[in-house]
Amino acid sequence: MKILIIGGGMGGTILANNLARRLSTEIKAGKVNLTMLSASDQHFYQPGLLYLAVGQMMPDELYRDQVSLLEPGIEFHVDPVTEFHLDDNQVKTQSDRSYDYDVLVVATGSRPNMEEIPGLAENAEMFYTEEGALKMLKSLREFEGGRVVVCVGVPHKCPMAPLEITFMMHDFFKVRGILDKVELYYTYPIGRIHSLENVAKWATPEFDQLGIKYETFFNMKEVDGENKILRSEEGAEVEYDLLVTIPAHKGMEVVESQGLGKDGWVPIDRLRLNMEGRDNVFAIGDTTNLPISKAGSTAHFEAEALGENIASMVKIGQPTRDYDGKVFCFIEAGKDRATYASFDYLNPPDPKPPTRAVHWFKVAYNQMYWASARGLL
Amino acid sequence: MAEKMLIDARGSFCPGPLMELIAKLKSGQVGDEFEVLSSDKGSAKDIPEWVEKAGHEMVESRQDKGVWHITVRKMR
Ligand SMILES: Cc1cc2nc3c(=O)[nH]c(=O)nc-3n(C[C@H](O)[C@H](O)[C@H](O)COP(=O)(O)OP(=O)(O)OC[C@H]3O[C@@H](n4cnc5c(N)ncnc54)[C@H](O)[C@@H]3O)c2cc1C
Repeated sequence: MKILIIGGGMGGTILANNLARRLSTEIKAGKVNLTMLSASDQHFYQPGLLYLAVGQMMPDELYRDQVSLLEPGIEFHVDPVTEFHLDDNQVKTQSDRSYDYDVLVVATGSRPNMEEIPGLAENAEMFYTEEGALKMLKSLREFEGGRVVVCVGVPHKCPMAPLEITFMMHDFFKVRGILDKVELYYTYPIGRIHSLENVAKWATPEFDQLGIKYETFFNMKEVDGENKILRSEEGAEVEYDLLVTIPAHKGMEVVESQGLGKDGWVPIDRLRLNMEGRDNVFAIGDTTNLPISKAGSTAHFEAEALGENIASMVKIGQPTRDYDGKVFCFIEAGKDRATYASFDYLNPPDPKPPTRAVHWFKVAYNQMYWASARGLL
Repeated sequence: MAEKMLIDARGSFCPGPLMELIAKLKSGQVGDEFEVLSSDKGSAKDIPEWVEKAGHEMVESRQDKGVWHITVRKMR
């Protein structure tokens, strides 16, 4: 049995390690071959970008050699997939090789799509890439005062990022001693300041208390960089001195161009995680079309459920459990405090008031992540 | 030709049915219809409120066995 995992990010790595442990006997006996193809020899801890943008982490803390995170028994190649031939159970790669599979898992993640809003790429800061986060840090350090507008596209990965970066910028300007010269102005696409109702209920009075202004039902339409104006689809406009965006995302280009899913989102069954109409093709992490958070924890819990199911299909010929929609997100709340939201398809989250203990746990998790990717946590 | 698309946002607390609709509507054509399935009763209020502000059109909103079916037409 050949199991092929595409993508060496959070989801792909946790799944590969999970399967390597569950199927170690079968792999040693040559009955199972477990292969991972990725676009990079580095594993990238993306949540660290938020901290990089405000000078609290360094780029070298965000990378590890991918090979160092993988269990023995996993065959790993840096060779991005360029073609999917699902009817032939085969993919083709950049190096012109073909890989056959019995089970395929797509875990290629998502990418920011700044281009969809005219003027956004040229005029806004964004921290969704290393380059963007470093540029944003420079702008935050050089900023001398004025209105900082936060604008949000959908869908985006890490649903807590809009609130978190706003609280973190508030702290950043306070430490720089220029908070009295800065007006933070937060915009959000729907009728409250966060998609989770309970999070919005908690964050709104926090914003009020910190003097952070907000405007809801604000979906970006275009940026007029010359006059420093951001316009919304709903007909509003706001002037800015510094524009910070959480851009809309798409799945990977190859996923879209190869017809696996519109905008690069692979349509899957929400419980079994198999691609619609295919029993041996699965997707996990950001690249699915599931209506749940595009977050590392989602990729993690999906990988665990799928790992259990693929292993049991090898061992007993059938899956054993469904993915229940579980997501767990930390929420940095500024002033060295944080809280978290935990929910699944049936149970909404009920975040508690932020505490210092949860913030320090998140800071520790930023280092412990590497154990989590190995599947030890 | 105008199409009808189903957005199954049942069990979506985050990003939630309205965000799912906003995301999908962007890549549709003017005249396309989008039927959102939501298990959150808030959607019956949230979605029409945004649809009006954003200049789209409500086609239908009904509840069936605890699931709201809200259909919206993209107008611009
Ligand atoms: C600023 C920021 C803050 C975040 N904060 C949090 C947080 O606090 N908590 C949280 O849970 N999540 C957070 N996230 C989200 C989290 O990082 C992602 O949701 C997670 O990485 C998704 O995992 P994935 O496996 O789907 O994709 P990724 O981790 O992005 O991995 C995708 C992999 O696919 C590979 N790949 C791409 N194309 C190909 C190809 N053609 N062939 C082969 N391989 C390919 C890439 O090289 C990569 O290895 C944050 C993200 C950002 C950017």
